[in-house]
Amino acid sequence: MRRFAELLDRLVLTSSRNAKLKLMADYFRAAPDPDRGHALAALTGSLSFASVKPGALRALGAERIDPVLFAYSYDYVGDLAETLSLVWPGHGESGNEPSLSAVVDMLSTASRSDAPAILTELLDRLDIPARFAVIKLVTGGLRIGVSARLAKQALADFGGTEVTEIEELWHGLEPPYEGLFAWLEGTAEKPRHTAQALFRPVMLANPLGDPDRDKLDPADYAAEWKWDGIRVQITSEGGTRRIYSRTGDDVSGAFPDLLDAIDFEGSLDGELLVGTPPEETGSFSDLQQRLNRKTVSAKMLERYPAFARCYDLLQEGGDDLRPLPFRERRERLASFIEGLNPARFDLSPLVPFSDFDELERLRQSPPHSVIEGIMLKRWDAPYVAGRPKGPWFKWKRDPHLIDAVLMYAQRGHGKRSSFYSDYTFGVWTGPEENPELVPVGKAYFGFTDEELKQLDKYVRDNTLERFGPVRSVRAEPGHGLVLEVAFEGLNRSTRHKSGVAMRFPRISRLRWDKPAGEADRLETLTAMLNG
Amino acid sequence: MDYLQAMRPEQLLHTRPEGLYSPAGDFFIDPVRPVKRALITHGHSDHARAGHESVLATRQTLDIMKLRYGEGFASTGQTIGYGQQIAIGEARVSFHPAGHVLGSAQIAVEAGGIRIVASGDYKRHADTTVTPFEAVPCDVFITEATFGLPVFRHPDAAREIDRLLASLAAFPERTHLVGAYALGKAQRLIRLLRERGYEKPIFIHGALEKLCAYYEGQGVDLGPLEPATLGKGGKGDFAGEIVVGPPSAFADRWARRFADPVSSFASGWMRIRQRAKQRGVELPLIISDHGDWDELTQTISDTGAGEVWVTHGREEALVRWCEINGIAARPLHLVGYEDEGD
Repeated sequence: MRRFAELLDRLVLTSSRNAKLKLMADYFRAAPDPDRGHALAALTGSLSFASVKPGALRALGAERIDPVLFAYSYDYVGDLAETLSLVWPGHGESGNEPSLSAVVDMLSTASRSDAPAILTELLDRLDIPARFAVIKLVTGGLRIGVSARLAKQALADFGGTEVTEIEELWHGLEPPYEGLFAWLEGTAEKPRHTAQALFRPVMLANPLGDPDRDKLDPADYAAEWKWDGIRVQITSEGGTRRIYSRTGDDVSGAFPDLLDAIDFEGSLDGELLVGTPPEETGSFSDLQQRLNRKTVSAKMLERYPAFARCYDLLQEGGDDLRPLPFRERRERLASFIEGLNPARFDLSPLVPFSDFDELERLRQSPPHSVIEGIMLKRWDAPYVAGRPKGPWFKWKRDPHLIDAVLMYAQRGHGKRSSFYSDYTFGVWTGPEENPELVPVGKAYFGFTDEELKQLDKYVRDNTLERFGPVRSVRAEPGHGLVLEVAFEGLNRSTRHKSGVAMRFPRISRLRWDKPAGEADRLETLTAMLNG
Repeated sequence: MDYLQAMRPEQLLHTRPEGLYSPAGDFFIDPVRPVKRALITHGHSDHARAGHESVLATRQTLDIMKLRYGEGFASTGQTIGYGQQIAIGEARVSFHPAGHVLGSAQIAVEAGGIRIVASGDYKRHADTTVTPFEAVPCDVFITEATFGLPVFRHPDAAREIDRLLASLAAFPERTHLVGAYALGKAQRLIRLLRERGYEKPIFIHGALEKLCAYYEGQGVDLGPLEPATLGKGGKGDFAGEIVVGPPSAFADRWARRFADPVSSFASGWMRIRQRAKQRGVELPLIISDHGDWDELTQTISDTGAGEVWVTHGREEALVRWCEINGIAARPLHLVGYEDEGD
């Protein structure tokens, strides 16, 4: 248990992706079976126990420690799991503490009623870091900044293979994954597909650069709108129906309306959107109403119905279509869609074009606001996993730009820990004669190393106040630094004072030349929301 | 001397704006402003300030004050050994090991049949760079409470050092920058590394040099130390090395010379994840020179004190613990003490 607890503690505080991968791969190398398999299940969200609610945790604490002392402690720490792990009396059974597998075995046999008693026994036997890990396991959701995808990438690194290989196998496997580890270590054959409706690793596109454009022959490529939803794979086989995200996570539970409409045998690649096709396609903001929800209310289902706009057909009945050229798959897709419920499945239209100049014009003025660019697909290319160079390109709409004023700066992490490298910026609001800044976003990339040095110096020279790692920076109409910020889109937000939240903001230029008073106003952004 | 028999503890020691004052001996303990006579528990700058007329402290505390403030830190300095008792006016005072940093002491003050012990800062976890803490029986115990909450439970320091060494093995291409306060923590950390078998040179920030040399002069073997200054080789120089410096230096431009550093910090505060997160610490090492909750409560019991005054730190929780355990307790509000020592 100690090794797993240490892994969690390191991951929580590590911000670098590479360092996280290294920590996980090292763990898979060092930990024995079946511990490492249970750890993998925990990291990928594949473990589930009779959950213990915060109220039950507080009650456990109250049995062992004076409530006043517990209250002081919780008030100071701010996290219930952490507080309980720290104040629990004793230091565990050093040298004789249960392994991760033993813990998982105990918890998986627990029912809702005896879970608190089992947890009590574990807390007595474990030391502080391990207690924290166990409480995180039983309360569900580790929240350590590691996605299932990242854990699978670490597994691929550990085994010297591609993450797509792991994703393809994934849904046929069960914890503690001993066969998978044996294969990755080269001591056993690759596990065979046994489950139904497995995920097929998706094909991804490279951005279209100017040099690519000059080399491509328009006749070789089909063009198609790039819809701004969620890329999904909808697979149905022998009665098993699944909706996968593009990284192979099973998201079926969030979209029961779409899931119910699956009445075919096959596998579709498409974009999940909300609305009533083909007339109405909801914005990304609308789609967000349906994301990250444990349960979907009837009202939500009615107001934001989900549908799939289909790009490709990977499997039809017993036939694997992936080796076929796009042209042929596309024809099969078009006739396949005709047999499906039109309220839930429609065909992503192709965009006819004769040359790239024409396509450029279409790209700049798409017919719908939910379009974020154009996809180019080679007519003769098969469907292959990963991001091969050549067959598919994405050509995104130019980003939105806005001039904002630097308001706060925060120190970065890792190699940037001595630099103020995370910038919060705002735009003007209020009366013209006496405007004030309202924060609209935060960005920490888009500038060169040289510009970072200049920004850091500017922050240090213009600091108003310090709050821990954050500094507020002088920002008035007559004195302030204007940042040109690029972003992909804007969502309504009730969490931000400004009422807007930017998607994918980054610094595109430092406008040393521009007076702060001439930066944009909030009205410019709110107009975009309504437009 | 009948009136002395009836002396209340507050008559023996009480607070004044300058600090804790004894009318019987006309002296202050760790005063925050210049006074005529000061008794100093240890060399951290919030306890040991320059400018007093006369200072009574252990040899090592006086040496450390001289190192930090120069020869003229006080008009006169008088040395007292651990366990030695001297009379000042009508009070008798003695100094006892506090285990906090080199030379640190608790100060016992006696008069009128009452003994009060002012703990200064103390710890009881193993530390081979200091004389170990001794509990001193007393009527009133004035305890520090830097980590006076049940959440502060320091682990075995050796285990924390092993975590640092494991990280060094896992990330041999990265510099491990360990923040540690210049007096006490830095030397203890280096000593712990040596005890865990780390023999390579350890690179230190300039602010640590004088105090490391002083510790070595006092018989604390720190092994090979080198200045953390850039050689001709450039950035690659510190890959896979341990660099120790004061925490403030790591938020500064100074830290930029190191390639892809792992930011680490040795402190009792690192017990709380959010604290580590806020400071951008990637590898927190829970190593403290202050007692944790278990040590504080154990010590209160060990002194046998019937009354406890709780100062600088989180007074309310320790006062509550004393209430539950039938010990009279109250917070003693002293101003001007930071937690420089951790």
